[in-house]
Amino acid sequence: MTTPMVKAEGVHKSFGAAHILKGIDLEVAPREVFCLIGPSGSGKSTFLRCINHLEKINAGRLSVDGELVGYRQKGDRLYELKDSEVALQRRDIGMVFQRFNLFPHMTALENVMEAPIQVKGEAKAVARARAEKLLDRVGLGDKAKNYPSQLSGGQQQRVAIARALAMEPKLMLFDEPTSALDPELVGDVLDVMRGLAEDGMTMIVVTHEMGFAREVGDALVFMDDGVVVESGHPREVLTNPQHDRTKSFLSKVL
Amino acid sequence: MTDKFDKTPAASPAGQVSVSKAATTAPENIKAIPVRHVGRWISGAVVIGLLVALGYAFSQGNIQWQAVGDKLFDENVVAGAGRTLLISVLAMVLGVILGVVLAVMRLSKNPVTSWVAWLYIWFFRGTPVYVQLLLWFNLALIFPVLNIPFIYKDEMTDVMTPFMCALLGLALNEAAYMAEICRAGIQSVDEGQTEASHALGMTQAKTMRRVVLPQALRVIIPPTGNEFINMLKTSSLVYAVTYNELLRSTSQIGSTSYAVMEMLFVASIWYIVMTSVFSVGQYYLERRYARGSLRSLPLTPWQRVKVNLAAFSNRPSGGVSA
Repeated sequence: MTTPMVKAEGVHKSFGAAHILKGIDLEVAPREVFCLIGPSGSGKSTFLRCINHLEKINAGRLSVDGELVGYRQKGDRLYELKDSEVALQRRDIGMVFQRFNLFPHMTALENVMEAPIQVKGEAKAVARARAEKLLDRVGLGDKAKNYPSQLSGGQQQRVAIARALAMEPKLMLFDEPTSALDPELVGDVLDVMRGLAEDGMTMIVVTHEMGFAREVGDALVFMDDGVVVESGHPREVLTNPQHDRTKSFLSKVL
Repeated sequence: MTDKFDKTPAASPAGQVSVSKAATTAPENIKAIPVRHVGRWISGAVVIGLLVALGYAFSQGNIQWQAVGDKLFDENVVAGAGRTLLISVLAMVLGVILGVVLAVMRLSKNPVTSWVAWLYIWFFRGTPVYVQLLLWFNLALIFPVLNIPFIYKDEMTDVMTPFMCALLGLALNEAAYMAEICRAGIQSVDEGQTEASHALGMTQAKTMRRVVLPQALRVIIPPTGNEFINMLKTSSLVYAVTYNELLRSTSQIGSTSYAVMEMLFVASIWYIVMTSVFSVGQYYLERRYARGSLRSLPLTPWQRVKVNLAAFSNRPSGGVSA
């Protein structure tokens, strides 16, 4: 049996008194497209942010590719990782945000080149060649010299995907990548994600796009109030939900 | 088609005529008698009267205007103005560098660095810069010898030249204010930027240097220009540590030639020229950095003069667009 790409065991997270994640158990297999759905405030984005240690978990175990996130285990003791060691772990995990978060003071090309040069110490020419190829791949080869403010939301999000891919990650996290987009721009972004899935990228996607989940997803989890309510193959869960909460959520969004 | 309608309106159906007219002719501007601003004329007259009276008073005063003109470009005065500029620029550069460092320390997660920065800012903002200058100047009273073991040893009076006192006093004080300006700038950068940078595997330090600081500059630069203009004037306080800047060099001439007020006028003229020149620069700097954050740019001074004149005379003014 292969190591799961992501493995969560009893993951808890609270912000002060607010208990957001109340024991999440799940496994994501390599090359799997794993969709997380659920009402807002259910904790799905928080869980995603725990996977690359943007949020620290309070209890449980969370590992990526067999390696604990944010900690090192020696014997039965856990040691917190240093800032630089956390940064090292994050190299292999790409993330795409709802609000794009492109660097506004850099062009599209510079956005994509930044991390390989700064983090991996890659040569400029190498980084540039890859960045150009990635921008072509997301259909924005002609926008390389544009600043984020000169691009539409959909274009910005595609640049953001290219930026994450530039680090050649083994896992991609998508945090509601199309929620901030005008409806007519959603398609382009989903097409890029579909292409990634076909190439065998392991992806965890927090989304409200049920169509995408049904077509592209290999697994789907419905979360509510900090727990996994129901999981299974997207087509089964979406067409034949077992739990009342899943049923009522799906009846509202479908 | 429209041409034809305009020439023969009667031949066309009424609805179509009005459509084509609206499309081709601009609407007629409203012609109305403007409101009379009597108050503006009266207040204007009063102000001019007061200015004339003030001018007359000065012309009758015991002032040797000749001396002002003669000494304005006196060798020592020009050299003093140069030193004022020099000490202001150097103190500002040092202040900015130290200020950025302090701001980053202040925002650090490390409680020790954060607390050290807080202490520094607390002290240097909490005491007058004049007192700080005197403290540096008199440092030899408590430490006659500056002794940094194995590195440096010298008489304090040799180290603390007037120039050093002036530079340290102004720069260290400025750093505390710049630190607060930089802190505001850094905090104005969206948190998503830091998250995106971290998610790409960049460390805290790289994130600060490559992502946060470049964006914070937008917010930091305009008030920094302001601080520099203030620094030009504050530098007159280094008179106290016997650094021969503009005020001191003019006063020396004043005390030997008994033209005390005249030389203060000379100093004032130099200060106002310097601050004016940099204020113009500051103005355009602010305009530049306001781009993108304001819907319409503020008017340039010349545009404002035109608008004000129009408002005074009440002639309908054309819209000025930046």
